[in-house]
Amino acid sequence: MTTVHIPFLQTGTLAVGGRLLGEDDRSLQSQADRPSSLTKGHRACQGCAEALAARWVMDTAVEAADEKLIVANATGCLEVFSTLYPESAWKPPWIHSLFANAAAVATGIAASLHSQGRDDVRVLAQGGDGGTVDIGLAAVSGMFERNDDVLYVCYDNQGYMNTGVQRSSATPASARTATTPAVGRQPGAPVGQGKSMPKIAMAHEIPYVATATVADLRDLETKVRTAMSIHGARYLHVLVPCPLGWGSSSSESINLSRAAVQSGIFPVLEARAGEITDVQRIRQRMDVEAYLRPQARFAHLFKPGGEDALERWRALADANIRRYDLMGERS
Amino acid sequence: MREVLEGSQAVARTVARCRPGVVCAYPISPQTHIVEALSVMARTGELSDCEYVNVESEFSAMSVSIGSSAAGSRTYTATASQGLLYMTEAVFNAAGMGLPIVMTVANRAIGAPINIWNDQSDALALRDSGWLQLYATDNQEAADLHVIAFAVAEELGMPAMVCMDGFVLTHASDVVELASAEEIDAFLPAFRPQQVLDVDHPTTIGTMAGPESFTETKYLQHLRFLDATEVIESWSHRFRDAFGREAGCLVSRYDPDTLERDHAAPPAAAEDIALVAMGSVVGTLQAALAPMRAEGERVRLVGIQSFRPFPEQALRAALGECRDVIVIDRALELGAGGVLTGNVGRALAGTRSRIRSVIAGLGGRPILEASLQDVVRRARAGEVGRLEFLDLKEGGVPLPPVGATEVAR
Ligand SMILES: Cc1ncc(C[n+]2csc(CCOP(=O)(O)OP(=O)(O)O)c2C)c(N)n1
Ligand code: SF4
Repeated sequence: MTTVHIPFLQTGTLAVGGRLLGEDDRSLQSQADRPSSLTKGHRACQGCAEALAARWVMDTAVEAADEKLIVANATGCLEVFSTLYPESAWKPPWIHSLFANAAAVATGIAASLHSQGRDDVRVLAQGGDGGTVDIGLAAVSGMFERNDDVLYVCYDNQGYMNTGVQRSSATPASARTATTPAVGRQPGAPVGQGKSMPKIAMAHEIPYVATATVADLRDLETKVRTAMSIHGARYLHVLVPCPLGWGSSSSESINLSRAAVQSGIFPVLEARAGEITDVQRIRQRMDVEAYLRPQARFAHLFKPGGEDALERWRALADANIRRYDLMGERS
Repeated sequence: MREVLEGSQAVARTVARCRPGVVCAYPISPQTHIVEALSVMARTGELSDCEYVNVESEFSAMSVSIGSSAAGSRTYTATASQGLLYMTEAVFNAAGMGLPIVMTVANRAIGAPINIWNDQSDALALRDSGWLQLYATDNQEAADLHVIAFAVAEELGMPAMVCMDGFVLTHASDVVELASAEEIDAFLPAFRPQQVLDVDHPTTIGTMAGPESFTETKYLQHLRFLDATEVIESWSHRFRDAFGREAGCLVSRYDPDTLERDHAAPPAAAEDIALVAMGSVVGTLQAALAPMRAEGERVRLVGIQSFRPFPEQALRAALGECRDVIVIDRALELGAGGVLTGNVGRALAGTRSRIRSVIAGLGGRPILEASLQDVVRRARAGEVGRLEFLDLKEGGVPLPPVGATEVAR
C-alpha cells in the first residue's frame, strides 16, 4: 500500500482534509496547492465566517475558472478587512467600486470581456447582505434579469457589520442590532419585516440559485463548482455567522451554522430556472434554542417575556420544514 | 461630407466611429436620441465588437461603465440632469479610480420643480467630481469634442464629460461634417488602459485608503488634473491639424470686428467690455452682437470650452486688461451667484476687472438677442449689477411673501 502525504489544512465535516476520500474527491482546501485566492494577512475578526466562506468560494471559483477569474466586490467587511492600502489579500484581479454596485460592475466586466472575445475569463461578484438585499438590490436584480454571465455570491451575516452592526432587511425578527435595540414592547428587529434573497433570485428564473453555510464546506465547494459549470446569472447565498454582530463566541461560527440548518431556520437548497431541485435534509433535528441561545443578540428571548418570540421562531422552523420538505423522504 | 443632422445623431455617429467596446446608458431626455441611435447601430453591426448594455438605472449605467473600463474596454455612456445626479456616487468613483470613461451630458435643469429643458446646472453641480468637462458651442463641436475627449481621457487616465446644451443642440438640426471612421482610426490611438483587471497580471483596484495615504492620492489626482490643460491643448492642436477645424480648445476668443473665432485676436484693453459664456449661448451672443457692431459697439466675446480643468491662464490672457467682464451664466449657485461666474472670479482675482453675473436661460427660458443687447448697452453705461437675472418677470410670477427676505439686486 502506498501512502500519500495529505497536508492538514482544513477540518470540515469530512475531517482531516478529506482523508477518507479518494484523491479525486478530496476537497480543494485539503490540497497543498490550493489557489489561496484570499491570502492570510487580512484583518477579519477571529471566527469570521465571511472570511472563511469567501476563501472557499474564491478558491473553488478560481480553480473552476482555470485561474481566469475577475472579482467585483461590494463595500462591506469583506472589502475593508482585505484591502487596506497598501496591502491586498486578494490574488485574483479584484475590484471594489461602491456599496451598491458590485453586480453592475461585474456586468461591465463581463460585457467588456465579451466585446474583447475573452470568453475564457469568468466573473464573480460578491457582497454582504446589505450590499445585496438592500442598497444593491436593483443592480443585482438587473444583472439577474439580463442573465449576465456572472456568479453573484452574498455573504449573509444578517446585518450591516462593517458600520457597527445595524439592521439590514436580512436581519431576522427580534435580533438585537445597534438600530433595533432590545428595548421596548417588541425588543429587537421588527417581526414581519425582511426579505428572502434566494426567493427573489428564484423569481428571476435564473439558471442557478443555491444556499449554503460554513457548516458544510464541501457542500459550499460543490455548489460553487456547479455554479461555475453554468453560464448566465447565478446566485449563491451563504449564511456566515459574525461573532461580533451576533454576540457569539469565535469558536461557535460553524456550530451556529449547523444549528441554523438542523433546526430548519436556514434551508439549504438548490434551484434551477426558478424550480427547487434539491434540498439538504435535516439529519438530526435540533431545537431553535440550539441556534438562538449562544447568540447575545437573542439574549432577551430567554428572559421573562421572551416566550412568545421563541414560539414564533419554532413556528418559523416548522413552516420552513413543511415548505421545503426538509425532513422528507425525497432526496 | 457635409450633411444636415440632429445634434444627437452627429454625436452618436461620431461615438460609434471611436469604436467603444461597451456602451451602457439609461434613457433620459434630452439625451435619449443619442443612446437610441447607438443601440440601433449595435444591433445592425455598424457599431462592431461593441456590447450595448441596457440597465435598470443611471447608477448601474455608470457602474457598468466602471467595470468595463477597468476590464480594458473603451467605454461610453450618456445622461442628463436627474440621471447625472442619480449616478453621482459612481461618477466620483470613476474619477477616483482613474477610469477614462467618456460621457455625454445633454445639459438639462435639475428639479424640483421638474423641468426637462436646458440649463447647465446638472454638470456644473458635479464640478468637483474629478471629471474633465468640455462644453460644445454647436453641434459640429459637440461631435468633434467626443473624439478629443477619448484621446485626452485615455492619455490622462481620467474620465471626461462632453457637455452639450439639451434640446438647443441635441435636438437641433445643423450642417455638420463628421469625422469618418478612417480619419478617427488614424487620429485616435488604440485604447491602452493604464490599469486593467487582467488574469495574467492580477491587480487589486479600489482599495481602502486610510488617513496616512488619502491626502496623497488626492494630491496626485490634483496634479494630474493640472496636466490636463496642456493635454487638452495639445490634442486640440492635433485635431486642428488633422481636420482643419477648431474643437476642444480651452478658451475661444472671438475677433471683435468679425465676431469669428480668432486665437490671434489681441487681448482686451482697459476700456473694453467682455462677455464670457459657455455652450450654445456663445452662438446667440454672436448673433446679438452683430447688429450692435454695425453701430460701432466693440465688445469682446470669450467662450469657455473647458470648464474642468478651468483654464485660468488662458482666460486671463484673453481678458487682458478688460474693465467689465459680464458672465452669462446658465447655472445658479443659490444664495451666491452664477457657477461659471465664481470660477471666472477666481481666475481674475488680483486683476482690475469688475465681474458681473447675468443668470440666463434657466430651465430652458429662451435667451433673447434683444435682452443680451440690452445687457451690453447697460454695461456700457455702467449699469449692470453684480448679479442679475435676465428677463426676470418680477411681479409676473405669483411669489408668496417669504418672511423678511429681501431680493438681492
Ligand atoms: C452609499 C453608502 N451608504 C452607506 C455606506 C456605509 N456602509 C459601508 S459598508 C455598510 C454595511 C455593509 O453591510 P453588508 O453589506 O451586510 O456587509 P458586512 O459588512 O455585514 O459584511 C454600510 C452601511 C456606504 N459605504 N455607501
Ligand atoms: S464584524 Fe463580523 S463579518 Fe465583519 S470581520 Fe468581524 S466577524 Fe467578520
